[in-house]
Amino acid sequence: MMDVIGLSADLSLVTALSYLLSVLLPTMIIAATPLVLASTGELVVEKSGVLNLGVEGMMIMGAVVGFIVAVESGTPVAGFVVAALAGALLALIFGFLTQVLLSNQVATGLALTLFGLGLAALMGQTYTGIRPPQTTRLDIPEVSNFPILGDMLFSYDWIVYFALALVGAVWWFLNHTRPGLVLRAVGENHDAAHALGYRVITIRLAAIAFGGACAGMGGAYLSLVRVPNWSEGMTAGIGWIALAIVVFASWKPGRVIIGAWLFGGVTILQINIQAANLNILAIAAIVLALVTVVMIAFNLRTKSRQGWIRVAFLGALALLGWAMALTWPDFRLDSAYLSMTPYLTTIVVLVAISGDRTRAALNAPASLGRVFHASN
Amino acid sequence: MIRLEPRLAPSRTMMWGTPVLAVIATMIAGGILFAILGKNPVEAIWTIFVDPILDPYSRDELFVKAAPLVLIAIGLSFGFRAGIWNIGAEGQFIVGAIAGAAVGLAFYGTPAIWLLPLMALAGMAAGTFWAMIPAFLKVRYNANEILVSLMLVYVADQLLRAMVAGPLRNPAGFNFPESRLFHDSAVLPLLQGMPGLTQYTRVHLGVLIALILVPLAWVLLRKHVLGFNIQVMGSAPRAARFSGVRPSSIVYICLGLSGALAGLAGLFEVAGPAGQLVPALPQGYGFTAIIVAFLGRLNPLGILAAGLVMALTYIGGENAQLDLNLPRAAISVFQGMLLFFLLGLDILVRYRIRFGARGIAQ
Amino acid sequence: MKLLKSLGLATALTLATGGVMAESHSEDPLKVGFIYVGPIGDFGWSYQHEQGRLAVEEEFGDAVETTYIESVPEGDSERVIRRMAQDGTDLIFTTSFGYMTPTLRVAEQFPDTMFEHATGYQRADNVSTYSGRFYEGRTVQGILAGHMTESNVIGYIASFPIPEVIRGINASYLAAKSVNPDVEFKIVWVSTWFDPAKEADAANALIEQGADVIMQHTDSTAPMTIAEATWDGLEQGETGIYAFGQASDMMEFGPNARLSSIIDNWAPYYIERVQAAMDGTWESADAWHGIDQGTTTIGAFNENIPEDVAAEATAAMEAIAAGELHPFTGPINKQDGSVWLEEGETADDGTLLGMNFYVEGIEGAIPN
Repeated sequence: MMDVIGLSADLSLVTALSYLLSVLLPTMIIAATPLVLASTGELVVEKSGVLNLGVEGMMIMGAVVGFIVAVESGTPVAGFVVAALAGALLALIFGFLTQVLLSNQVATGLALTLFGLGLAALMGQTYTGIRPPQTTRLDIPEVSNFPILGDMLFSYDWIVYFALALVGAVWWFLNHTRPGLVLRAVGENHDAAHALGYRVITIRLAAIAFGGACAGMGGAYLSLVRVPNWSEGMTAGIGWIALAIVVFASWKPGRVIIGAWLFGGVTILQINIQAANLNILAIAAIVLALVTVVMIAFNLRTKSRQGWIRVAFLGALALLGWAMALTWPDFRLDSAYLSMTPYLTTIVVLVAISGDRTRAALNAPASLGRVFHASN
Repeated sequence: MIRLEPRLAPSRTMMWGTPVLAVIATMIAGGILFAILGKNPVEAIWTIFVDPILDPYSRDELFVKAAPLVLIAIGLSFGFRAGIWNIGAEGQFIVGAIAGAAVGLAFYGTPAIWLLPLMALAGMAAGTFWAMIPAFLKVRYNANEILVSLMLVYVADQLLRAMVAGPLRNPAGFNFPESRLFHDSAVLPLLQGMPGLTQYTRVHLGVLIALILVPLAWVLLRKHVLGFNIQVMGSAPRAARFSGVRPSSIVYICLGLSGALAGLAGLFEVAGPAGQLVPALPQGYGFTAIIVAFLGRLNPLGILAAGLVMALTYIGGENAQLDLNLPRAAISVFQGMLLFFLLGLDILVRYRIRFGARGIAQ
Repeated sequence: MKLLKSLGLATALTLATGGVMAESHSEDPLKVGFIYVGPIGDFGWSYQHEQGRLAVEEEFGDAVETTYIESVPEGDSERVIRRMAQDGTDLIFTTSFGYMTPTLRVAEQFPDTMFEHATGYQRADNVSTYSGRFYEGRTVQGILAGHMTESNVIGYIASFPIPEVIRGINASYLAAKSVNPDVEFKIVWVSTWFDPAKEADAANALIEQGADVIMQHTDSTAPMTIAEATWDGLEQGETGIYAFGQASDMMEFGPNARLSSIIDNWAPYYIERVQAAMDGTWESADAWHGIDQGTTTIGAFNENIPEDVAAEATAAMEAIAAGELHPFTGPINKQDGSVWLEEGETADDGTLLGMNFYVEGIEGAIPN
C-alpha cells in the first residue's frame, strides 16, 4: 500500500484515502488530544480576560502527578483526576498572584512555567523507569474492527472522547448558559461586569482553575497514554503550542479541535512522510486535490461564480504539485520549514479575524491580560 | 476583613523594601525546600546568594549573564510602559543572532575593523524587522501583538534550526548542525585587563555597551519628549491622542526599539560567548527578560539590578549544584519561588493593606 | 554476553592495576569533574555518563573527589567548564558534542588541567577526545533484527544526520541484510535527541508502516515503551513489536519488547583515564573503543531469540571484540551504486568519522 502512495505507477485514490483516514487520522487525533485538552482550558481562561502563559508548567505537573498516582493506585482514572487537581492547584498560585495581588500576568505565567518544570522534575525523580497501568480503549468488537471507519472513529481510549466532549461542553457553556455569558462579559469589560454586580475575581479564579485542570489532564495524557512513561522535561514545549492553538481557533471551542489536529498533524505528517518515504510535493498535491473535491461538492449547491474560480485555482495548484512531484521524486524539505507552517497560519488567521473589527470583538476578549482591581 | 487600598502615589519605601522582603521570603521558603532535600539550608542559601558576589570570577560572570537580559529588558520596558506587549523578544534575539552570524560568516577570514559594527547593524536590523511584523499587523489589522510576537518566536526557532542545518552549517563540521567558528575580527573583544575583572574574564565589549545603554535609556525615558509620550500613551491613551501623539508611531517606535535591542543582544551572544552559531544559542533570554523588566519596575536602573539578581540565581544555582549536589530541578523551583514573591509583593508599592471595615471613600 | 562484560571489565582492571603502584604523588584526592547535557535521570546518554562517574567513585574511593553538573545547556557551557577548572578540578569530562568549542577555549587558559571531550573531533595538548564504536553494537543488533523481523521492515528513529548516526544506520542495515536479504529499512529523522512525544509518534508511524522491529538513535525511552505496549493483551505465542535499548539497557521499559541493547559503558574508560591522571601518565589522545574494551556493551538477549540466532549474534560480537570482524568489510557499495569498499577491504577510521552517505540498498536520502 505504501508504495502506491510513494508515487509508483498504480496510484489509486482509494488506497491513498484509506491510508489518510485509517492511519494518519487516528495517530493525528491521539497526538492532538493533549493539545485539545490544554487549549480548551486556556480558551476558557482567556475568555475570562486572563492570559496564563504557564500552560507548559501546568501540563508537566499534570504529567508527573498523574503518572505517580496512576502507578501507585493502579488506576489510570485516578491519575487523570488527581492530575487535573494538581494542574488546578498550580494554576491557583497564578490566580492568587494575578487576581488578588494584581501581579503582571505575562511575567507570572512565565514564572509558573519555570516553577512547574522544576517541581515536576523533583517529584518525578524516583518514577523514571516505571510503566504505568494501561488506559482502557473503547473496544466494541463489531464496530471497532469495521474497515477504515472502525480505526477512524472507534479505536481510541476514553480520554480522546472525553476531550472532544469537553470541547462541546465548553462551547455549550460559553454560548448557551448564563454563567457562560457572565464569564464572557467579565473577559470583555471587567469594569462593566463589576458594576453590574458580578464577582470578577471569583469568576476569573474559577476559570484559571479550570484551565489548570485541563492542562493537567493534557499532561497526564502524555505520560499515561501517548508516551507512556515519565521523563524529566517530557512536555518539550507542547504547552506553548496550546497557547498558539487558542489564537488559531480565534477563541472558538470548535476550532480548537481543528487547530490541535493541524498542529499535531504537522508533526505526524512529517514523520509519516519519512516513514513511508513519500514525497512532500505529492502529499501537498493530494491534500489540495481533496480540498478541491470538497469545494466542488460544496459549489454544486451554492453555484457561485467565485467559487468555481477558486476550485479551478486549487485544482491547477494540485496539478502543479503533482507535476513537480513527478519531476523531483527525491525532493526533501527541511522539516524545520514544515514545522513553521502552523505558526505562520496562526498569524494569518489572527490577522484575518482582527482586521474586521466588529467580528474580532465577538471572539477576542477585550480585557485579555489587563489587571482588574475594584477600586471603589 | 483585609482589603487593598490604592496609594495616591507609589510608596518609595516599598519600592526598595519589597525586593528585600521578597528575597527574605524566598530564603525562608527555599531554606525549607533545601532542608526537605536533605541539604543544609543556610549553606545552600549562602552558596546561591552570597558566594557568587564574593568570588571575583563569578562576579564577572554575573555581568556576562545579565547583559543580554538587561539589554532586552530595557527595550521591552519602553513598550510595556506604553501598553505595547512585545513578548516575542526571544524571536527577535534569535533572528538578530542569525543575521549577525550570517554577515560574519559571509566575510569569513576578512580581517576588518568594520566587520563587527556591520554584524551589529545586521543583528539590529533583523531584530527590528522581526518586531516590525507584529507592529505592522497591529497598526494595519489590529492584530494582538502579544500573540503575533509569540508566534514569531517559534518561527524564528525553526529558522535557526534550518539555518544551522543548511546554509550556515560548518562545511568542515561533519554535518553537525552548527556554524564554523567566527574568525577573530568577527568576535567581540574581551575586556581583559580592565580594573576589577579577572585575568580570564569573559566580560566582552557587548557587556560594556549594555551597561552604557542603561543611563542612556534612563535619560531618554525621563528627559526626552519620546519618553514622555510613551508614558502618556500607557497611562492615558486618549489624552495622548489629544496632545498630538500618534499611537501608530508609538507602536512602531516601541516595537522597533525593543526588536533592535533584542537583535543586538542576540548578536552579542553569538559573537561574544558563543563565537559561532549553534542551535542551543537561545537560552530563553527573551522570556526571562520580560520578568526582568517587571522586576526592575520598567525603570532602566531597576532593570540593571533585576538582571543582576536573575543572573545571580543562575550562577549561584550552578555553584550549588557543584558544591552541594543540589539537583538542577531544585534550582528552578527556587527561581520560580523568588519570582512569585517578587511579583506578588510588588502590590505593596501601589496598594496599602487595610484591616477592618471599609473606610470613607476619598 | 557475560563474557564480554567481564572482558571489558578485565581490560579495565588490568589497566587500572597496572599503574597503581607507580606513585602516590600527593595526599590530596584527584578532583574529577563531569558536565552533563541532560538530567542524570534521562535513562539515556547523561544517565550512562553518571554511571561512569559512580564507577570511578567506587573504584578509587577516597583517592578521588568527583563533582558533576547536569542539564548544562550547550550554548552556555563555557562558564560551567571554567568554574570547574577554576575550582582546581584536575580532570574534567565534558560529555556532549556541543561542549567542544567551550572545552577547547577553557583548556587553552588552564594548561595544567586535563580535559576529556566526548564525541568531538578537535584536540589540544590537554584535551583528549573519546567516543564509543557504537556501530559495532549496531552490527549485533542488525543481526538480531534481521532474524527476528517477520514483516521484513525495520523502523529506525534517527536524530540528526551526523556521521555517528549514519554509521549506525549503515552498520545495522548491512548486518540485517546479511542475514535476511529481504529486509527493508524505514528511517525517520526527528531532528531532536530528546523529545519523548515526538519519538513515540515516530515509533507509532513506523509500526503503522509495517515495521515490527524498531531501532532508535535518540535518547528517550519512549520508542521502547511504545513497542512494549503492543505486547499487552497478546495471546500465548503471539508476538508484538521488538525494540532495542539505546545508551542504557532500558530493560525495565520493555521486558517483552526489548531484544537487546547497546549500553554506553563509559566506566572502563573513565577509570583508565582517572588512573592515568593519578599516575601522571595522562596524555592527549583520541580514544575510540568499542566492544573490545567494553565501551560498547551489548545488553542481555531477549528469551524469545532462538538459540541459533543468539549464537550467531554472540559469535559476531566476539569476532568484533577480537578484531577478526570489521562491521564494514567489503564488498560494499554506496547508495548510488558506486564502489566504496572492495572485496575484503575494511573501512578506515577517517571515512567512518566523516561518513555522510548511505550504503547501497537503503532507500531515501539523507536530509540536506
